[in-house]
Amino acid sequence: MEAASSAATARPSIHTAMRESRVPESAAPSELKAKLRINKLNFYYGGFHALKNVTMDIPERKVTAFIGPSGCGKSTLLRTFNRMYSLYPEQRAEGEILMDGENLVTTKQDVSLIRAKIGMVFQKPTPFPMSIYDNIAFGVRLFEDLSKREMDERVEWALGRAAIWSEVKDKLQQSGQSLSGGQQQRLCIARGIAIKPEVLLLDEPCSALDPISTAKVEELIHELKTDYTVVIVTHNMQQAARVSDYTAYMYLGELIEYDVTDTIFIKPKKAATEDYITGRFG
Amino acid sequence: MSAVATAPSAIHSGNRIYRSRKRVNFVLLAISGLALAFGLFWLAWILGTLLYEGGNALARATLYYQMTPPPGGDGGLANAIGGSLVMVAVGTLFGTPVGILAGTYLAEYGRRGWLAGATRFLNDVLLSAPSIVMGLFVYSVYVAKVGHFSAWAGSLSLALLVIPVVVRTTDDMLKLVPNTLREATVALGCPAWKMVVSVTYRAARTGILTGILLAIARISGETAPLLFTALNNQFWSNNMNAPMANLPVVIFQFAMSPYEDWHRLAWGGAALITLTVLVLNIIARALFRKSD
Repeated sequence: MEAASSAATARPSIHTAMRESRVPESAAPSELKAKLRINKLNFYYGGFHALKNVTMDIPERKVTAFIGPSGCGKSTLLRTFNRMYSLYPEQRAEGEILMDGENLVTTKQDVSLIRAKIGMVFQKPTPFPMSIYDNIAFGVRLFEDLSKREMDERVEWALGRAAIWSEVKDKLQQSGQSLSGGQQQRLCIARGIAIKPEVLLLDEPCSALDPISTAKVEELIHELKTDYTVVIVTHNMQQAARVSDYTAYMYLGELIEYDVTDTIFIKPKKAATEDYITGRFG
Repeated sequence: MSAVATAPSAIHSGNRIYRSRKRVNFVLLAISGLALAFGLFWLAWILGTLLYEGGNALARATLYYQMTPPPGGDGGLANAIGGSLVMVAVGTLFGTPVGILAGTYLAEYGRRGWLAGATRFLNDVLLSAPSIVMGLFVYSVYVAKVGHFSAWAGSLSLALLVIPVVVRTTDDMLKLVPNTLREATVALGCPAWKMVVSVTYRAARTGILTGILLAIARISGETAPLLFTALNNQFWSNNMNAPMANLPVVIFQFAMSPYEDWHRLAWGGAALITLTVLVLNIIARALFRKSD
């Protein structure tokens, strides 16, 4: 009983701190140029209806966060953007995900091209069983024929942007799997940006990381939005508040509320969102 | 609430449930220990007899460079050793690629439809089929048609034994590669075949290699498939289209004979095969351990 009441007081205090430090003044997501337009998207795992009529615009060169309790469909939504579901025969999507006017759900375009344009970083670090250098170069070689020098530059650039260059520059030929968890995750982010995608999807990228690595990755996300449209799924609401410009709250496969992050965290329009943000629900 | 709070804790060494669990543990440990000793006893006996009887033959250099002798003559197993090496090598060379590709299909591409399930089932049947069946099969479709025994036929029947082993291990080892690694690879825009070749094969390579070594270990001692296909040859032969000597059939023939020196050679051959298989198994284990 005591613990519960202290938690109840702790949460609003984070809340108030934010209210003081940030004033919502950004444009609503619908007023910006959209990179991805999602229209009446439905998704099924076999017979299970996991996404229900989701409609939203993901603004270009901004960070958009998906939050919500486990099983609400936020990762599912993220994974529809690069057609990850088409690996699994029992999963299917209906509706529209428009990128540059092309519906990604029904397009005849090769799914490899879509995925190259829309990079993804996963919850668990997934270094390939090859050297650190080749982990980065592998994806680049799929679409570009670079000279040794150009490739060296690209690898250094990507590792630098992912804030891991200084830690690995002397051991580029070592296995990527020899790195620590936090380093592996930054390696995976570097791998994702090395091929220069237009959109970067991050599926709980910090859930397996310690606080220091998390801080580095969050800083990185901030920098990435100058060049990329970033979409991040996170369980951590403070993280969503820290890194994102726009936040979508999802529950049971539905998009409940989607707005400027500060609005969602300070004065959400729906009671359901407020209950989740303040910890009254969950 | 107070009754629960004031009752004494059940966690102490005199606890009845705890003590009976300890007793069961002791009894089961004793039974499994006895079973282990029983199994090891026979194994040690077999290996001991083999080395005792075959050790002398193994130590004689003539075993490795002289041909199989007529009864009463002096000789070695050179032609049989050479023939076995050739046929095992050719059988592995043909069986391994087929096995790896089929295993790859099962693990990587066969997620949709019934074909993969049916293939996997049939492969498991083949895996446990007696090797004499393979020998008879090759005899009837190849040897009987061309009208003579040959090393090609022997290699073919060995290849047929290699395939199901390699299919099974490749399939199993590729399935151990986490799906997240596949997702991460295709997320870069990588086509499926390149993902398999560059990432999942790499991740599973020691497991697949282990499977190949175990397949080689298995076929190097097979007698039945060679008896109906390669038969035997008293002399050294480089002709794949003619009968070829090989260790298992020589052992079979010499051990059944009434001659003392043939018996000695048969023991030597048996010890040689066993030691080779042992070495292959040790290499396979070492490889597999290194990967972890």
